[in-house]
Amino acid sequence: MISELWVWLILLLPLGSFALIGLIIRPFLARHSKLAGQVTVGAIGASFLLSLWALGSTIADGARAETWSSYKWLSVGNLEIDVGILLDPLTALMLVVVTGVSLLVQIYSTGYMKGDPGYARYFAFMSLFTGSMAGLVIASNIVQLYIFWELVGLCSFLLIGFWYERPAAAAAAKKAFIITRLGDFGFLLAILYLFLNADSIPGNPLDISNLTNQLPLAIGAGTVAASVATWAGLGIFAGAVGKSGQFPLHTWLPDAMEGPTPVSALIHAATMVAAGVFLVARFFDLFASSEVVMSTVAAVGGFTALFAATMGLVNNDIKRVLAYSTVSQLGYMMFALGIGAYGPAVFHLFTHAFFKALLFLGAGSVSHASGTFDMRYMGGLRKVMPWTYHTFLLGALSLCGIFPLAGFWSKDEILAHGLSSASIGQVVVWLPIVAAALTILYTVRAISMTFEGEFRGGADAAEDAQPHGGGVHLAESPPVMVAPLVILAAATILGGWLINPTTGLGVIEKHWLAHFLNTKGADVNLPLAVISTVLSAALFLAAHHLFTKRAATARRLSERLSPAHMLLSRKYYLDHLYEDVVTVRGFYGGAARLLDWADKAVVDGVVRMIDRFGRNIGRAIALLQTGQLQGYGVAISVGVLAMVGIYLFF
Amino acid sequence: MTLGDLYLISPELSLASLALLLLLLDLVVSRKGFLAALAVVGLVVPLVLSVALWLGLDSTGPEPVNTGVLANTLLVDKFSLFFKFLVIGTVAVIFLMSGEYARKFQRFQTEYYALVLLSATGMMLLASTIEMISIYISLELSALPLAALAAFRRDSRSSESGMKLLVLSGVSSALLLYGMVLVYGFTGSTMLSDVAVKLDGVVFSGGQPFGSYALLLGIVLMVAGFGFKITAAPFQMWAPDVYEGAPTPVTAFLSVASKAAGFAVVLRVFYVAFPAEALSLQWATVFAALAVLSMTVGNLVAIVQTNIKRMLAYSTIAHAGYLLIGVAAVAARAPAGSGDAGPSGVLFYLGGFAVMNLAAFSAVIAISNRTGSDLIESLAGMGRRAPVLAGVLAFALVSLTGVPPTVGFMAKVYIFGAAVNAGLAWLAIVGVVNSVVSAYYYLRVVKAMYMSPALSDEPLAPEPPLRIALLGTAAAVLLFGIYPKWLLDLALTAAQALHLS
Repeated sequence: MISELWVWLILLLPLGSFALIGLIIRPFLARHSKLAGQVTVGAIGASFLLSLWALGSTIADGARAETWSSYKWLSVGNLEIDVGILLDPLTALMLVVVTGVSLLVQIYSTGYMKGDPGYARYFAFMSLFTGSMAGLVIASNIVQLYIFWELVGLCSFLLIGFWYERPAAAAAAKKAFIITRLGDFGFLLAILYLFLNADSIPGNPLDISNLTNQLPLAIGAGTVAASVATWAGLGIFAGAVGKSGQFPLHTWLPDAMEGPTPVSALIHAATMVAAGVFLVARFFDLFASSEVVMSTVAAVGGFTALFAATMGLVNNDIKRVLAYSTVSQLGYMMFALGIGAYGPAVFHLFTHAFFKALLFLGAGSVSHASGTFDMRYMGGLRKVMPWTYHTFLLGALSLCGIFPLAGFWSKDEILAHGLSSASIGQVVVWLPIVAAALTILYTVRAISMTFEGEFRGGADAAEDAQPHGGGVHLAESPPVMVAPLVILAAATILGGWLINPTTGLGVIEKHWLAHFLNTKGADVNLPLAVISTVLSAALFLAAHHLFTKRAATARRLSERLSPAHMLLSRKYYLDHLYEDVVTVRGFYGGAARLLDWADKAVVDGVVRMIDRFGRNIGRAIALLQTGQLQGYGVAISVGVLAMVGIYLFF
Repeated sequence: MTLGDLYLISPELSLASLALLLLLLDLVVSRKGFLAALAVVGLVVPLVLSVALWLGLDSTGPEPVNTGVLANTLLVDKFSLFFKFLVIGTVAVIFLMSGEYARKFQRFQTEYYALVLLSATGMMLLASTIEMISIYISLELSALPLAALAAFRRDSRSSESGMKLLVLSGVSSALLLYGMVLVYGFTGSTMLSDVAVKLDGVVFSGGQPFGSYALLLGIVLMVAGFGFKITAAPFQMWAPDVYEGAPTPVTAFLSVASKAAGFAVVLRVFYVAFPAEALSLQWATVFAALAVLSMTVGNLVAIVQTNIKRMLAYSTIAHAGYLLIGVAAVAARAPAGSGDAGPSGVLFYLGGFAVMNLAAFSAVIAISNRTGSDLIESLAGMGRRAPVLAGVLAFALVSLTGVPPTVGFMAKVYIFGAAVNAGLAWLAIVGVVNSVVSAYYYLRVVKAMYMSPALSDEPLAPEPPLRIALLGTAAAVLLFGIYPKWLLDLALTAAQALHLS
């Protein structure tokens, strides 16, 4: 059995690496900034091993949840806020995903970020992020979870704006921070709601295992009103919507691609954005006791899956296409959770983490050669970078749900669940199904534009070349960057059927993951699987033909649909609505001006008045302070008499 | 008197012996720095003995065994031990910050250390006494050396401040003694517990507050006498003059240790001798009135000060007001079961106030040692000249304002919370409003340090012992602010002992 200390170390090692880099390496050993990368890889590597141990120990323990309440941090009234660990199958799985993907990304980064002036700073933030993410995953208390939740948000802000001297990056960082903050506010409200309803909730209302065990039972038994689950669930879901870029708070995620590509891979594809899904999964039992919350989650998720996929169709920036794809895939997971398919949702979270990290790192590798992210200036890279091409293709096929790659198994399970579900899923399921078709289209489009045809000049031809990459040098990326691609590709090939097989595989029992998560494994719906595979493969090939061989036809097609094309490339005008209408006109023009007036006239006025009043009284009392001893004696006597007076007359 | 008794008062004995030893060695040792170091190191003995006593109380079971000493005039329980830790700790910090300052006294350097130790002995005894005559004697033992210390700089301001302290402390001692006499006359005993037994049946009747005018006057006079010690308005007028004139480490000692001892005896007398419900509701009202007055006077007058020592004197008065809120939050008012939040809040606050005020004073001493000025304007630009010093001072002032994540915030939370539990929400509101007012003058210092141009560019660094005091206290301010549990548990156990004595 793993013990408490080792689990804490999973989070403390990266945090220690952050402190070491921030306090010692960056200020004092600036010439040896290479150390920063080595320390980070070492710390996260150790964390990864410990995470594997935690997973193994949870498996050996029969998938039981283990809790340690390590410290009593605060007590407010009867309410106690503990700091502790909740190690259940979900935690163990997430730990492996977080530290595993992070480890590969850090290794890749030592190559990708080489020579960047902010090398040490980069690894300091990455360490902080990994530690915070681990802290979020193991938290046993909702307040503790919230603290780490905000910390990963902070890291995301710092890393999106890593090249802060670029206005676009600074703006994107700000946007990400502010928009996710809207969701976080809902999360905070949910915590406050639980806090205020402490009396009606059995047990500690901030303890996660209590919220997901006793509270749903009490609601089921009718001793607690179902509205508690509804309000708390909606608030928590608001936080998840912000972090996971679900509609309508999705607008920050594509812009977040201004950060370094490994950051996009780790934070904005594999781990942090999945934290929203993790949050819903963490409180799944609470959500499940409210029909309203579940329907909301399913509807938002299903809609986002389709909505984001449409925007992915027209973008020319390879990372943004992948970003929309991430939003869309997170929508799948949310949809799955909303229809009660907890196992498939976590399964998809797991597989998606690997193949989407693979795709992002592949995109980084591509830009390393071409010096740009704009696919209009790429092309023909297939021959130049065979490793990158083939691994990217595997990731793309997995994303499209092609048999037998990881994405196929998890996505298929979600869709099968949706079709057979009795609830709102029946209605909404068509959105993700259409989205699956669109996924194939935008993926194939990206592959064609990037790898097929002739090279179109890269950074030299692009008007606004990205600062990174340092120009065009058409060659395969260094081994330190290729190796993580290969490892992730292997995980993409094996990950799906190996951990959740539909038939027993000797050591690995049938539906291992589903059983591990204490859910019922669904048998594969054979007709559906066959139909979807055949359709997907056909569509993939057709699209490939269209985009590669008939590029002119494709262009004409998009011209004919120019109003739709316009709507999509303008992102449904939502950025315009948020930024120009709501923020500039509504907020700056209206509310801010009003508040500014109130601040200057009312608040400052009152403060100035109090200031003058207080100072004058102070001066007046100070006048009594004459320095004369007799006066002080008199004051004492008067004080005594006054006290007696209080008693005689009151 | 037995050997066991000697062990029970060994912390006080060892502290007094240390003072005498220093005086003796002063005759033969010419290197005064050695004696200063010995004074700090010697504090380990009383500290170890106090810890041993505390652990001894632990080992006798969950209920502390209260051991009366010297014909039951002294009581060694966790309540008194809490204050012994506090006094020893304060003295240690005071000594660390005194080194450079004391070297400026041409003569009597060792006497300075000895006098501080003797006064500290009085304060430790004061926390232990449970009998009125002993209280009076301990009070005098702690106060007389302070008057000498205040005059130690031997310039006109310092002599004036020593004189004022001596005369006014005489006046207040007289008031206290009158009060004790009246209480003795009414109850026939000087033992606090006997007084409580005699007064148990006294009810508020016939329009006579406290059951008798004699008792009323007695209690009021005692409040006045202690009010002087804890610098509660309107008995605070000596404080600004004395604080400004006295050597700065002595000012720090006065504002932290002397006040803590005062609160120890206030809690002991009022919670042990006058706990009867009808009585406690009444004296709590008196303390509530003093609290309001102290907070308001302290904060408002602090705003107009230009000398930082004087400003800190008024700030100390304001903090006495916050502390009195805790004294006023008596159990009789609180709903059943939420018992002694008031006293434990006071103890926690005293601990927190000690570290943050000592941090502030350490920084002020370090700066004025170099600049030779106590004016707030001379702090201008310290943020650049001495980043660590300015940082610690700013942090201590933020803590004194009561902003998280500092101990000042936690202390206020507990003490205001106790007031709300005791049905004194209005008093807590007055306290919060006052905290806001206090931000004005605390932050003015911060503003001077970081936003005003420096008077010179010369960097300024404190000597090592002072640096230990600075960083140690600042670390404690942060530590207790983030993780208050340890200090709070200590305060809770100590406060519990108060009810068992």
